[in-house]
Amino acid sequence: MKRTIRFTVNGNVAEVEVLPHWNLLRVLREELWLTGAKQGCGEGECGACTVLVDGAPVNACIYPVLEVEGKNVLTIEGLMGEDGRLHPLQEAFLEKAGVQCGFCTPGMIMSAKALLDMNPDPTEAEIRHAIAGNMCRCTGYVQIVESIRRAAELLAGDGSSGKE
Amino acid sequence: MRTFEYLKPTSLKEALELLERYGEKAKLVAGGTDVMVLWKKRAISPEYLISLRNVPELNFVAYDGGLKIGAATPLRTIELSPEIREHFPVITDAVSNLGSVQVRNSGTMGGNICNAAPSADSAPPMLVLGAKVAISGPDGERSVPITEFFRGPSKTVVGPREIVTHFSVPRPQPNTGAAYWKHTRRKAMDLPILGVACLISFQDDMKTCSAASIALGVAAPTPMRAYKAEAFLAGKIIDEATLDEAGAIAASEGSPRTTIRGSAWYRTEMIRVLVKRTGMMCRDRAKGAAGR
Repeated sequence: MKRTIRFTVNGNVAEVEVLPHWNLLRVLREELWLTGAKQGCGEGECGACTVLVDGAPVNACIYPVLEVEGKNVLTIEGLMGEDGRLHPLQEAFLEKAGVQCGFCTPGMIMSAKALLDMNPDPTEAEIRHAIAGNMCRCTGYVQIVESIRRAAELLAGDGSSGKE
Repeated sequence: MRTFEYLKPTSLKEALELLERYGEKAKLVAGGTDVMVLWKKRAISPEYLISLRNVPELNFVAYDGGLKIGAATPLRTIELSPEIREHFPVITDAVSNLGSVQVRNSGTMGGNICNAAPSADSAPPMLVLGAKVAISGPDGERSVPITEFFRGPSKTVVGPREIVTHFSVPRPQPNTGAAYWKHTRRKAMDLPILGVACLISFQDDMKTCSAASIALGVAAPTPMRAYKAEAFLAGKIIDEATLDEAGAIAASEGSPRTTIRGSAWYRTEMIRVLVKRTGMMCRDRAKGAAGR
């Protein structure tokens, strides 16, 4: 039996008819056409579907959509500024080549966003701990870690010192 | 169409009533990091899922010297609790490498313990801390020592009409240190090959063991205590040689299996190594706590 639920996505109120067994990822991708979050394993192992629910990263592929009622969801699409500018995390991933095939990138960036929101100046170990649930099969993670470090610098406002 | 009704009680009373009403047609779900995956894989097909996420009585951390953790408290909340990190770092050891940040934001300690996997990371710390499991049912509340909670792989003493509400940990003895080591190929998103928790209370000389507890994960069909090794340590001066002997005794108490993650022989060897390692961590942490 379909039910209507209401929650906030990237600052906008969404009202969606859902079936009780649907997960959040399905609703984001196939009802709201927010296709940034990806379906990888579908079992909460790979992190490609990572989005923030009330600021906390979760695997949307196993998150029951009925639990999102009244909550605040942030996806990669919500990071872009109003004037179309990329978020500093996105800028940093481009600058430091943290992207190869790109499939893991939206999830990776959302995990990084949650980390930097809580800890604006993370060590490499803290970064690796934060993205341990996001698998990348291309980069070997080094550039991703560098990208997140770079984003921390950009967000701290010392972006101009980063020319190498 | 294969689906379920998803029920969201907002009190323990309501959750118990739903469980009573739907009986075997229902399954409890907390964070869903196991249940939703099992449903997707068609391993389970309940008609009703009763969500425990919105039941406030199950979602809390309370410290007053002792500790209470609500069964549906997300593991991430436990990981980030400054009081747990300071006073019960053995719990932080276990939960901070359980799954990933994403898994810990949904997954709960109650789910981890009630699944009763031999590999449950949060079980060995609760075993050495002497935790009790509070269980509510139609006939009221009862409290079970966690040493008597597990009945076999995926089996516990929880009845079909009961819900685990919280875990309570007594205030530790003075001069106590405790540590958990998860032995894995990678820290995150992996089940332990072996998990060892150790707790040692020292006499005022900070060298002599007054009491010890040792718990092993993946060493038997359920998480277990190594009582003989504990008895051996009582009254001894704690050093590497003594802990090595205790480790050998603990290894003789386990009965690990050979699985894809490791052979029985290897696991038995690692019990010895990790009892020594966690025992030395206990000593350092007890001294650190005494120095504060």
